[in-house]
Amino acid sequence: MKYIWLIPLLPAIGAAVNGLVGVRYFSRRTAGAFACATMMLALGLSLLAFWELLGLPAEERAFDVVVADWFPSIPLQLHDGSVGTFRAPWGFRLDPLSGMMLLVVTGIGTLIHVYSTAYMADEPRGGVARFFSYLNLFCFFMLMLVLGNNFPVMFVGWEGVGLCSYLLIGYWYEKKSASDAGKKAFITNRVGDWGFILGVFLIFYTFGTLDLRDVQNAAALMPVETGHFGVLSAICLLLFVGATGKSAQIPLYVWLPDAMEGPTPVSALIHAATMVTAGVYMLGRNAVLFSHAPEVMTIVAVVGVLTALMAATIGLVQYDIKRVLAYSTVSQLGYMFTAMGVGAFSAGAFHLMTHAFFKALLFLGSGSVIHAMAGEQDMRRMGGLKKFMPVTFATMMIGTLAIAGIPPFAGFFSKDEILFRAFLQNKVIWSLAVVTALMTAFYMFRLMYMTFYGGYRGPAWEGADHGHGVAHGHVDAHADAGTGHAGTQDDHGHGHGHGPWHGPHESPAAMTYPLWALAVGAVVAGFLGIPAAILPSGSAIEHFLEPSFTAQEVRLQPDGTPLSGVRLQADQATRPPAGAERAAAAGHEEGEHQVSRAGEIGLMAFSVLIAVAGILAARRLYVTKPEISEGLAERFAGAHRVLSNKYYVDELYDATAISGTKSAARRLWTVDRQVVDGAVNGTGWVTLFSSWVSGLSDKHVVDGAVNAVGWTAEESSYWFRRLQTGLVQNYALLMLFGVAAFVGLYLIVR
Amino acid sequence: MLLSAALFIIGVVGVMVRRNIIIIFMSIELILNAVNINLVAFSAQLQNAIGQVFAVFVIAVAAAEAAVGLGIILAFYRNKETVNIDEMNLMRW
Repeated sequence: MKYIWLIPLLPAIGAAVNGLVGVRYFSRRTAGAFACATMMLALGLSLLAFWELLGLPAEERAFDVVVADWFPSIPLQLHDGSVGTFRAPWGFRLDPLSGMMLLVVTGIGTLIHVYSTAYMADEPRGGVARFFSYLNLFCFFMLMLVLGNNFPVMFVGWEGVGLCSYLLIGYWYEKKSASDAGKKAFITNRVGDWGFILGVFLIFYTFGTLDLRDVQNAAALMPVETGHFGVLSAICLLLFVGATGKSAQIPLYVWLPDAMEGPTPVSALIHAATMVTAGVYMLGRNAVLFSHAPEVMTIVAVVGVLTALMAATIGLVQYDIKRVLAYSTVSQLGYMFTAMGVGAFSAGAFHLMTHAFFKALLFLGSGSVIHAMAGEQDMRRMGGLKKFMPVTFATMMIGTLAIAGIPPFAGFFSKDEILFRAFLQNKVIWSLAVVTALMTAFYMFRLMYMTFYGGYRGPAWEGADHGHGVAHGHVDAHADAGTGHAGTQDDHGHGHGHGPWHGPHESPAAMTYPLWALAVGAVVAGFLGIPAAILPSGSAIEHFLEPSFTAQEVRLQPDGTPLSGVRLQADQATRPPAGAERAAAAGHEEGEHQVSRAGEIGLMAFSVLIAVAGILAARRLYVTKPEISEGLAERFAGAHRVLSNKYYVDELYDATAISGTKSAARRLWTVDRQVVDGAVNGTGWVTLFSSWVSGLSDKHVVDGAVNAVGWTAEESSYWFRRLQTGLVQNYALLMLFGVAAFVGLYLIVR
Repeated sequence: MLLSAALFIIGVVGVMVRRNIIIIFMSIELILNAVNINLVAFSAQLQNAIGQVFAVFVIAVAAAEAAVGLGIILAFYRNKETVNIDEMNLMRW
């Protein structure tokens, strides 16, 4: 475990080699294989480290490794006038939360690297190496973010993933929309980063340290800020601003759907599975801080659930397969924030993990579909693909069932845990979340039905004689995987023409194996979190993660000390999560007193019912009676248009923030031009004038003096040069006279 | 002493009035030898051997000087085809 710093280093090496050498010299295969190799090594190390972590007793599962000093110690004044030491070592920390993230990042990262070798096979040679270099660089930064044991290191990763996100979204930089989307993502993220770094400043100003654990421990000793807005609330709010930027929450979610301009593996890795969860992870890392700021927790929960709801409604009407998934990602992230907001940190982190599996799976599946359709992303031009690509269909169906929350797939357990905790905390949030769950099931199955069922609506290919644009007609489709048949499409097989595109086809093995691996993950990941209502031993992952969300002192001290006593009283008033989590671990959770086990199971059944209802509605609208959906779209044309245009949020931002910034910039430019430029020009003019004056004086005074000296010498030499006759004997004679004169003088004077 | 004085005067006059550089050179040698005689005479009169040692040194230096001087004259003659001092006015302004 001493070598956990190697885990981020390996992808960094991969990025450096691929970026510096590979772009010019590596073949596609070499570049891909090298990148995959570094990731696999990192995964192996992560698994080893995680295994060691599991071997430790629960209380000691935290491990710090300091590699080197980054910032030397700088004394700085703090809020109370004392002097704190600002220092930031390159320290890495492995504990249950970062361990889980570590496995998610390296595991899914490896799968997506493998997948990319096939997906990017048609790119130019240098482009592939560039792609893998960025991808590796991203993994490096993400691992820094996850493993960093202090805020500055975390911030390095935080900024780095933003940078890589920009690079990868704009990977096809010749495409205007792609480079625009990259810029949009980067700039939107900057807004959030501004909040994050301010939060970090305030943390240092308040606590005098930036070590994550020290901050948690110090914060645990501070009173809970109920009903007022203190410094902890300010810190949490700023950190939350950062989280909204990175994790695409209201109001900064706008970049994520546009980020789908990047290659699909990127969407899967960065904009679904890992980077966007950084905000959730950061909130979880600072769980103690947040649990001391219940007002901010409420904000987090409300923002989370509103984001979930809003993104889900937009997702209902999108036609781009990746955009649907993007909005569902935003929506699921909203769930995670809801979980964090209601104090269910473990549930949020658990959902993060399961979501990473099934959303990466769904994205890779959609990438497989897009690959098969030669770049087509519009679901209206797909349909009936089930028979062409059975593996993709089966794995995506697993992912869809998981996200819809059908047991026993992973999404069920994590989402249900969130719903349950929300139900205990706030019925309004719960009901909004349930509506979102309904819509999630609906739009995901809408995607599945439009893509895989019905008739083929895509472009024709050579050698195929089928009528496309066929109505969805008589289709016998079931939600259960594998029994549906696209009736009108039975009369042709694969196209065997020799055109550039041979029709939809199953993807190569390098793409399907990661799909299977993720599908297995999407099925089994949920079993880690089987709730206590079903399994008496309780949720395994909750026990595992719980130490990461509480401060060390609180964990180590028994409840009897006065400090904890104060905290417990506050807990009862506000149910802050640190207390709740600890209580859950102790086995007497308040919630279980409020809601009986039967009630919890009832809620589960209810959420499953909701999901099934969403599925059935999708089936009715898009398989059995497609005309209904069109009718609905017409009947509620206004609402449909608003949703299709994503609530006009982009336009709103354009009208307010962006044009405001632009006009402010223009005004500043005017100031620049007139005042600053004027000052600069004035200075220049003054310089010019003074140099002219000094030039004059140079010319007349200095030059005059010099010339005068020269002239004097010249004039006087006119006479003296006569002496220089060049005749030796003249000189000798003069010398003789001189000697005679001196001798004579000597004789006389003596 | 008189011999020495006579030689010196002859040397000086030779340097002053002759035009041939070789003669001038020989006159300079005369002056040097006048000095030598003077040194030896004083040495004998004052019963001090240092004067004679000094004279030997002067002769040695004069030999070197003669070599250098003759070399210069030779080089000059090769350039100008003359030994007339009046045509040697390279140091004129």
